[in-house]
Amino acid sequence: MLLRAAWRRAAVAVTAATGPKAAAPTRGLRLRVRDRAPQSAVPADTAAAPETGPVLRPLYMDVQATTPLDPRVLDAMLPYLVNYYGNPHSRTHAYGWESEAAMERARQQVASLIGADPREIVFTSGATESNNIAIKELEAAIQPDTSLVSVMTVNNEIGVKQPIAEIGRICSSRKVYFHTDAAQAVGKIPLDVNDMKIDLMSISGHKIYGPKGVGAVYIRRRPRVRVEALQSGGGQERGMRSGTVPTPLVVGLGAACEVAQQEMEYDHKRISKLAERLIQNIMKSLPDVVMNGDPEHHYPGCINLSFAYVEGESLLMALKDVALSSGSACTSASLEPSYVLRAIGTDEDLAHSSIRFGIGRFTTEEEVDYTVEKCIQHVKRLREMSPLWEMVQDGIDLKSIKWTQH
Amino acid sequence: MAASSRAQVLDLYRTMLRESKRFSAYNYRTYAVRRIRDAFRENKNVKDPVEIQTLVNKAKRDLGIIRRQVAEQGTAAGRKSGSRSQSLGKPCTTWP
Repeated sequence: MLLRAAWRRAAVAVTAATGPKAAAPTRGLRLRVRDRAPQSAVPADTAAAPETGPVLRPLYMDVQATTPLDPRVLDAMLPYLVNYYGNPHSRTHAYGWESEAAMERARQQVASLIGADPREIVFTSGATESNNIAIKELEAAIQPDTSLVSVMTVNNEIGVKQPIAEIGRICSSRKVYFHTDAAQAVGKIPLDVNDMKIDLMSISGHKIYGPKGVGAVYIRRRPRVRVEALQSGGGQERGMRSGTVPTPLVVGLGAACEVAQQEMEYDHKRISKLAERLIQNIMKSLPDVVMNGDPEHHYPGCINLSFAYVEGESLLMALKDVALSSGSACTSASLEPSYVLRAIGTDEDLAHSSIRFGIGRFTTEEEVDYTVEKCIQHVKRLREMSPLWEMVQDGIDLKSIKWTQH
Repeated sequence: MAASSRAQVLDLYRTMLRESKRFSAYNYRTYAVRRIRDAFRENKNVKDPVEIQTLVNKAKRDLGIIRRQVAEQGTAAGRKSGSRSQSLGKPCTTWP
């Protein structure tokens, strides 16, 4: 009911606008009107039969879970889904040759983003498979003086950047293999496997505006790092990962990496500004908000905030117009507070009230403003209903309360 | 071919913006418009004709991408919703 009213208001505003239609809607709720030209038809139609009008969808603020495809990526992939459908391992005809050429071009694009040699890139089905390949054999080959360090480059829950270059230097000097899961970092912060002395790196397609179902693992050649194949078969990818390489998907991954390389600085600047805006606006309107994670070594696009005296899940439910998450998607089914927050020493009650805001390449200022406005509104409302909040307002120290059993 | 003139560059700019506004997905539409404006603004003081031509060529390629993607997403959405062009029979998705 509320949605329909707001949308009708917006519809009137849109028709009233002269000249090119406003890309930004009023009140932040978007109108999904497919054909933008016949604006005059919209209110008449929808006023008469609102239930068959455009359906509103939530704003997307969960880029750590997955990202939309960049149009440039889809454009690169389409020919290989439609006309150039050859198997890249077919050696005897043009379909195979052109598919193989595309695969190798994509390999070069991925390698160039991280400063690697193309021969060091193996395509996989995603960062999870890459992680498994990277640590399996090394775990099995443990000798007294060999081991492996595996670290996430950028944490997906709180956005903290690990000191990769320092860790790389230490590992290299102690002759210890260094693997990093760079799924959230590739294409967003500058990475160079040689400068940072990385031996193994996992890359995920769908975290960098590429397709789902594809990833890559970087395996250093000099000095050689030996890994064992997880899946055996026809010996593709130098025997390290058998199975036909999915040309359309890897072309998409390559295109995503190339676009990321070109857009990294622009995106980083924009995302930092939007993140600053989100955090400042929330914190100046709401007391008792804590940002989780080291503010200095932090990737701006992943903001994890704890709102004291408000339960995280209830806030997520309240913010139904915005797609958000508390904790990572991989553990979303459980109600346990995030292990990451527990590990950084967050209080139990604050860990339960954390929300993760994801800002990406396609996030707009209007989306951020809308999210901030709704967040402030609902936190205030939930706090009004909270007896804990009431006690805090009366000056009671919650830590001093003795909760009794009945 | 002679280097692109100021008029040609401006024409390209306007065409790109016009095409970008036809994206049916909100996030793509706003991104394309914003990125085009910022990119042209950033390079407005470039003087070297070779560099200008390189940038113009890249912009023309991007214009091709925008046109193809707008058409691709537009027609698929039209196919799904049937005859009525204004209403979407089902929730609007980024990819049809």
